Amino acid sequence: MKVISNSIISLLMLAVSFLASTQANAALEIEISGGGAQQIPVAILPFAEPAGISSKDSIHEIVAADLKRSGMFRVLDTRGMANLPTSPNQIKYAEWSALQAQAMTVGTVESLGGGRFKVTFQLMDVLKQTQLIGMDYQITSSQVRATAHKIADAIYEKLTGERGVFGSRIAYINKIGKRYTLQVSDADGFNAQNVVSSNEPIISPAWSPDGSKMAYVSFEKKKPIVYVQSLTSGARKVLANYKGNNSAPSWSPDGSKLAIVLTYGANSQIYIIDADGGNLKQVTKSNAIDTEPAYSPDGKFIYFSSDRGGKPQIYKVPASGGDATRVTFEGAYNVSPHFSPDGRYLTYIRNDGGKFKVALQDLSNGQVQLLSEGSQDESPSFSPNGRLILYATKVRGRGTLAAVSSDGRVRQKLSESTGDVREPAWAPLAK
Amino acid sequence: MNNKVWMSVALAVFLVACKSAPVTPAKVEDKSGGANTSASTGTDSDANGIKEVNIDSNANNSDANNPLRDPNNILSKRNIYFDYNSDAVKAEFRPVVEAHAQYLKTHQDAKVILQGNTDERGTREYNLSLGQRRSVSVKKALNLLGVQDQQIETVSYGEEKASVNCTDEDCFQQNRRVDVVYQGE
Repeated sequence: MKVISNSIISLLMLAVSFLASTQANAALEIEISGGGAQQIPVAILPFAEPAGISSKDSIHEIVAADLKRSGMFRVLDTRGMANLPTSPNQIKYAEWSALQAQAMTVGTVESLGGGRFKVTFQLMDVLKQTQLIGMDYQITSSQVRATAHKIADAIYEKLTGERGVFGSRIAYINKIGKRYTLQVSDADGFNAQNVVSSNEPIISPAWSPDGSKMAYVSFEKKKPIVYVQSLTSGARKVLANYKGNNSAPSWSPDGSKLAIVLTYGANSQIYIIDADGGNLKQVTKSNAIDTEPAYSPDGKFIYFSSDRGGKPQIYKVPASGGDATRVTFEGAYNVSPHFSPDGRYLTYIRNDGGKFKVALQDLSNGQVQLLSEGSQDESPSFSPNGRLILYATKVRGRGTLAAVSSDGRVRQKLSESTGDVREPAWAPLAK
Repeated sequence: MNNKVWMSVALAVFLVACKSAPVTPAKVEDKSGGANTSASTGTDSDANGIKEVNIDSNANNSDANNPLRDPNNILSKRNIYFDYNSDAVKAEFRPVVEAHAQYLKTHQDAKVILQGNTDERGTREYNLSLGQRRSVSVKKALNLLGVQDQQIETVSYGEEKASVNCTDEDCFQQNRRVDVVYQGE
């Protein structure tokens, strides 16, 4: 509880400093529960900042919030420290090893004039008293948050050996009143930008593998139709508008095709269509519901939900067509399969005694772990480094986003301050 | 922490900040472990800039003399409800189905969209497929009464039109239905 109220207060401070920013959009509230067994203790010190930039987003607070959210770090409280150095030569290492910091960051922001700033930071090894990272960034004030996320990514990668995802983006549908908006924000929920909005429902956003386009289902013509939209130009085109439903788009790993679901006059079946809308081909042929296709990362298989065996379970079929084989065997309702980037794990939703939870299956040995505790969890998708699973949940009847580490240890909620948020999808990392 | 204060600050943040701005990432040169290196400026790159699109349908809701809209005409009844986990059209809705079948047979240019719906339990895409079963079930009933396939389109809204936060069966039942919508409405 203490952790939660502290993080709300620090977020409130962030939100206040946010008022001055022209970049800011809706803020997400972040709650963290649990923690990794081996958290790395780090000290993230305030940057020396020139007068006049103090009302901007505070870089060290954004970095600290990122590292905390990952569950991999214990960010130390530096408020009681007598000396707060801003460059390596000012550091009195004994003070920081007494605080049990393994690593610490120092940095400065200099004004270059004309609205430009130079951000300098160093990551130092406290025990060895050596520099691990040193970087400069020349930015405008609108790039402060993006730069802070890059700093957090650099620290994360240096200290854990894995790629960070703080600089990546997420997409989701935000329903405010009766209006549906597909939004893209930074992974921490800040800097939300509208992609498309409508008075009719929008569901199932799917990032193209290069992150430049989004496929989604819109009901603007009183029926589900699949659209593909360029994020940079806003150009949108109908991918599939056949008789009946058109839904559940999933990109092939090379971005050349999408698996979609069509019904014509009967039950949902899976088809493959070229990304330009041509060359439609039916993949599954059953008298049951076949839906929610997901390409395996090697592009060879399409996993999907089907009630061909009575209750809905996950099956796979060769992308070139052929016989389907069953993938899930535990539980009476398993739907919405999504792959980890390395193809080893499958996450999906299980109905566990009336509660819909995020499940994780190790495809190498079939072992399943339930990762979430919510009763109406949906739409799980992996972060690009495979460490976190983002999903939709409900808190007091309102849709919010949540994430759980793939080892189940760290959970966080990202709740939008207005609206009903659902259908999240984590973007691939920019190449 | 006072919740109202938090909410009003959050709302203020949202209101102040409702204008979109493109993300322009800073370009970074990483020489980890070494001396600081200067990075180039990021203003030339706008690869992550996002352009917003607005789409609003403009449905035609006029025509006061339309029998489909006359509240005293059975054709104004557009909802067919289902039992839990069932796509069978119940006997009590047979008069409604028959009236629409008759209208479609005498108005060969009329086209109807049957929109299946489910309650909110389960995932959105799976519910879309479940709702489709119900609309196909009503279509088969219309077919048996002599309505041609080309006058009928079956689609599903899944749980998208469901009343959310149902806690009892009466509420859930309202969501398990097929809506009859004529083309142009």
